[in-house]
Amino acid sequence: MLLIDCPYCGKRPEVEFHCGGEAHIARPETPTAVGDADWGSFLYYRTNPKGVQAERWLHGHGCGRWFNALRDTVSDAFVATYEMGKPRPDRDAATASTPSNA
Amino acid sequence: MSQPFRRPSGGRIDRSRPLAVTFNGKRLEGFAGDTVASMLIASGQHLAGRSFKYHRPRGILSHGSDEPSALLSVDWRADRGPGYRDPNNRASVVEARDGLVVNTQNHWPSLETDIGAVNDLLSPVFVAGFYYKTFMWPRKFWDRVYEPVIRKAAGLGEAPDVKDADRYSNRHAHCDVLVVGAGPAGLAAALAASADGTKRVILADEGSEPGGALLNDTTATIDGRPAKEWVAGAVATLDARENVVILPRTTAFGYYNHNHVCMVERISDHRADAPEGLARERLWQVRAGEVVLATGSHERPLVFENNDRPGIMLAESVRAYLNRWAVLPGNELVVVTSSASAYRTALDAKAAGMRVSIVDIRLEADCGPEFAAAKDAGITVRSGHTVIRALGKKRVTGLVVSPIGRDGTIGEKTTLACDCVAMSGGWTPSVHLFSQSRGKLRFDVELDAFVPGTSAQAERSAGACRGVYDLTEVIADGAKAGGGELAPEATASFTGFQPVRVLPTDADASKVKAFVDFQNDVTAKDIRLAVREGFESIEHVKRYTTTGMATDQGKTSNMNALGLVAGILDRPLPAVGTTTFRPPYTPVSFGALIGPARDELFDPVRKTPIDPWAEANGAVFEPVALWRRAKYFPRVGEDMHAAVARETRAVRTHVGIFDASTLGKIEVIGPDAAEFMNRIYTNAWTKLKTGGCRYGLMLREDGFVYDDGVVARLAEDRFHVTTTTGGAPRVMRHMEDYLQTEWPDLDVFLTSITEQWAVIALQGPNARKVLDPFVTDIDLTEAAFPHMTVKTGYVCGVPCRLFRVSFTGELGFEVNVPADYGEAVWKTLYEEGQKHGITPYGTEAMHVLRAEVGYVVVGQETDGTVTPDDLGLSGLVSKVKPDFVGKRSLTRPDMIAAGRRQLVGLLTKTPDEVLDEGAQVVDDPAQPIPMKMIGHVTSSYASSNCGRSIAMAMIDAGRERIGETVFVTTPAGFTEAVISNAVFYDVKGETADA
Amino acid sequence: MLERNLARRAPTVSPLVSEASVTVRPLDPQGRLAFRIKPAALAGRGTIDGFDLTGAINSRTSPEADSGMRTALRLGPDEWMLITAADEVDERCEAISAALTGVPHSLVDVSHRDVGFSVEGPGADVVVNAGCPIDLAAKAFPAGSATRTILGKAEIVLARLAADRFTVTTWRTFAPYVQGFLVEATRS
Ligand SMILES: [Zn+2]
Repeated sequence: MLLIDCPYCGKRPEVEFHCGGEAHIARPETPTAVGDADWGSFLYYRTNPKGVQAERWLHGHGCGRWFNALRDTVSDAFVATYEMGKPRPDRDAATASTPSNA
Repeated sequence: MSQPFRRPSGGRIDRSRPLAVTFNGKRLEGFAGDTVASMLIASGQHLAGRSFKYHRPRGILSHGSDEPSALLSVDWRADRGPGYRDPNNRASVVEARDGLVVNTQNHWPSLETDIGAVNDLLSPVFVAGFYYKTFMWPRKFWDRVYEPVIRKAAGLGEAPDVKDADRYSNRHAHCDVLVVGAGPAGLAAALAASADGTKRVILADEGSEPGGALLNDTTATIDGRPAKEWVAGAVATLDARENVVILPRTTAFGYYNHNHVCMVERISDHRADAPEGLARERLWQVRAGEVVLATGSHERPLVFENNDRPGIMLAESVRAYLNRWAVLPGNELVVVTSSASAYRTALDAKAAGMRVSIVDIRLEADCGPEFAAAKDAGITVRSGHTVIRALGKKRVTGLVVSPIGRDGTIGEKTTLACDCVAMSGGWTPSVHLFSQSRGKLRFDVELDAFVPGTSAQAERSAGACRGVYDLTEVIADGAKAGGGELAPEATASFTGFQPVRVLPTDADASKVKAFVDFQNDVTAKDIRLAVREGFESIEHVKRYTTTGMATDQGKTSNMNALGLVAGILDRPLPAVGTTTFRPPYTPVSFGALIGPARDELFDPVRKTPIDPWAEANGAVFEPVALWRRAKYFPRVGEDMHAAVARETRAVRTHVGIFDASTLGKIEVIGPDAAEFMNRIYTNAWTKLKTGGCRYGLMLREDGFVYDDGVVARLAEDRFHVTTTTGGAPRVMRHMEDYLQTEWPDLDVFLTSITEQWAVIALQGPNARKVLDPFVTDIDLTEAAFPHMTVKTGYVCGVPCRLFRVSFTGELGFEVNVPADYGEAVWKTLYEEGQKHGITPYGTEAMHVLRAEVGYVVVGQETDGTVTPDDLGLSGLVSKVKPDFVGKRSLTRPDMIAAGRRQLVGLLTKTPDEVLDEGAQVVDDPAQPIPMKMIGHVTSSYASSNCGRSIAMAMIDAGRERIGETVFVTTPAGFTEAVISNAVFYDVKGETADA
Repeated sequence: MLERNLARRAPTVSPLVSEASVTVRPLDPQGRLAFRIKPAALAGRGTIDGFDLTGAINSRTSPEADSGMRTALRLGPDEWMLITAADEVDERCEAISAALTGVPHSLVDVSHRDVGFSVEGPGADVVVNAGCPIDLAAKAFPAGSATRTILGKAEIVLARLAADRFTVTTWRTFAPYVQGFLVEATRS
């Protein structure tokens, strides 16, 4: 079970959360002005990266807030969490500490 | 049975507390501190089971949780009745106590005489890949012949056939440092981590007491004291520290993300005095800041012919039985080894009075100080020797050994008589949990083992589980992992071994049964065959031969199998790969995983405030999401069909009363509430006046129908929104999502009020008459209170939100009262209603009634691919609003394409035939298979009010095809039906819309 | 007016109090108001109608020492649960609305939605941790903490009044489950 650092509540267990998919996909200001292909991309196309991805999480069984997180899809490490509306932090997986058995 | 092989003194058993268990119906004696395995050995019994495939006699191989062979069925509380038995308990870890009833497995009619042993003679049939090869053909044999036979023969032990009578509990725990394993490394780590008192430390060990391998040791000293004194001191120190929790009998079986470690604590199995009701096991879900893995290592068996004969054991296990449990595993011991550590066993056995000799695969020159120690003790050592085969059947009686020449040739054979063999092929670090944590393993050639490489989580491995074997180094390694620096000095250990995959032999390798995996009966021959047939990756070999796939997870077999494959392929071992270790480390009972989640605690059952009345009045219930709802109220002698017919008629002729409390309800408040509603729903809300109601349709952004419900405007800035019963949570989430992430500028707040209000629906021509006497401040007349309006006031003297709405087409009211008052108000209305023919109806009648008038149910008519127009509801979609969720998608090409599946009615040619919901619709039943499906039935009922069956269906371009005949699948084939409009009943009298 | 059907507020699924040292007791009905307001809109108002709104997220404030008549649980950045006497709900609503005239906010009576239990006694934290996955150590969740979280398969609001004293609040239909779960946990 993941441990997720809610920007409002701190680290809380995954069962309190709901993942809402990739973040920073803005709903077009005027949808009717968007062409079919672009609207299709908005609806259905996601980057699905191997590595760090920005995604939306809802602390539903907690403070009730949606927020964004950078999660490494390979290691499941959370690189950062941040409030909705804030820009994506300029960080990558390297900042997630990995202890070693050396 | 007495205890002829019990040593007169020593061991960690309490001779003042004798006990007895029932073993295969016989009395087996022992002492407190014994395991069933040590009691068997004390009695001289090594035969402890029959093997999986060949039904070969098997003994006790190990002294720990890696035991692959001595598996027992244990009835833990035979005195308390059924429900306390489970199979496949390892005899080596079943703590003995009075009252245990244990039985060996996998034999018939008895352990001594097992018919299944014929499989041993038929073994050429049971080669690697046997299942895949044998059962492929002929195909039709599978169901009738192969599967039943396999089902009967496969599997170890007998699954319980009654409900588990025990209780299990669950606990979430947090700590700064979790130490797994309380051997020397784990104890040192826990001591160091807890020293300054600031860190919460949990120390868990699967054994009955802390100490690990030191419990088997009578000669080592630590800090100048006997090792067991050091252990006792360490445990006392830890016990005294308030920041430390020591958990014996607790197996960490799963290492998950973000240092979430699951452990099972065995609470009562070992206690004869366990009070009834005490939980049997507890699941610990630990979240640790750091994890120290001090999980030790597993000894490797040696692979030679008949290495599975009872009496042949792992060397360290022989030592453990001698020292910890004070039993002699025999009188005449041969130690067969390629590892220095086994010499300790030889020395201890000699000291215990056994006749001992050593057969060492290594040359004398490759040995360390252990060689001289053995010589000094007067033990014969045959170095540079191999074992050709073991003799004996139900007990080993001798070993055929021979020197190995320089070129690997087999020399002159000698037979060594013995009744016990201690074998050691070296050690395999227990990297299971490390591997589960997604840490990367590294192959260490020196250690001939996979050891922890790069950690993936805040974890450190210490001691033997990362290939550190010398006691002084082990303790230092543990202390360091716990954040400490100082560690005591201990006596030097005999370390080092020479890897041997299969002992050299001159026998025909294709005929010899030399076991690699004892539990799954996989021999070296099977593995050779698998490789020859092209299975080169260890993952493939594993699946083909099943090696390492039994409940012991290949703890003893893994490295030998890997080494063997690497040897045959002549590749370096890491190139063959290692298997991925998955949870659980050892088998875990379903009870522990489930914990309290059974019976009434399996799932919350949500009951409305009116549920007690429904129950008292004979309602038949059905689950709807987590709710239980009254489905119908049968009278004596009525089946569902009759009850629903009566209930639906009553609504159209008199009045029905229905519990609608489960409807989702959301209060939407704020100056921007109407704007928010405009954006979330397809319809327009700005013009809805305070006191008005409107049916709202909600789409997802992709344009498909998501939910629906009646919405009331209570004030300029306040809406009372209703949702479907099942949709309430997701609608709330959907709304909150848009509010927070897309339109944070809107001043709107959402509150779930589903459970604040009990909802009583009165539907039917007499609805107003029933309500009238209890309403003083609301004018119920049509003029003052028309359809689709809402008023607040009092009903039966309690505050009420009264809706004039209908889901039946009839005159209808929905009485919302605070939940605590719900049952009392219901009863009052029901009593009054007697004068007016009131009839309680359930969800089934509700469904029929709404279908009669063509109302859809989201989730029944819709499936996430249905647009408003598909339902014939395009009138509810605003053309003037510039935007709402889903609007843009409604004009995508596929959404407006011709031929979309549309909602229509279906009338069977035979009026009383009721179609199956979900049944497929085709144009031509004679067409070849696969047929072209043109739609499916979404709702179907016998309608008493219509005097025939009615059905709704989604049919390709259905609205253009009204009047046409189609064919609908039935269990018997097809039946004919005519496409119709989806409204089946004309409401008479004062209708909802009058 | 009908008698409030108090007996149904916390239906029993198993004996209320086991022989265990931790007791699980249904709380008397309380007035509960779901209160929402954007922090900026509070514009410096620390207290409204006696409810102290200055607490941090996931905290509980109760100005009149332990009386429970004006308790505010801050469950999110813009969300509070206000707890008052069962018969003072209307007064509180009027007073709060009056104090916030013209200020966007939301105040909803949910007194009948929620059912509370007290969990008290040495080891109460362990009982809660039988189904609640959050860290209840004194450092992580001290007295005065309150949060929405999970108990087994139900959502709850957990508040800590003292080291060995918690209240667990849940929606009424989840109450029998929550009560049964807690009582079961006291037995182990
Ligand atoms: Zn949160």
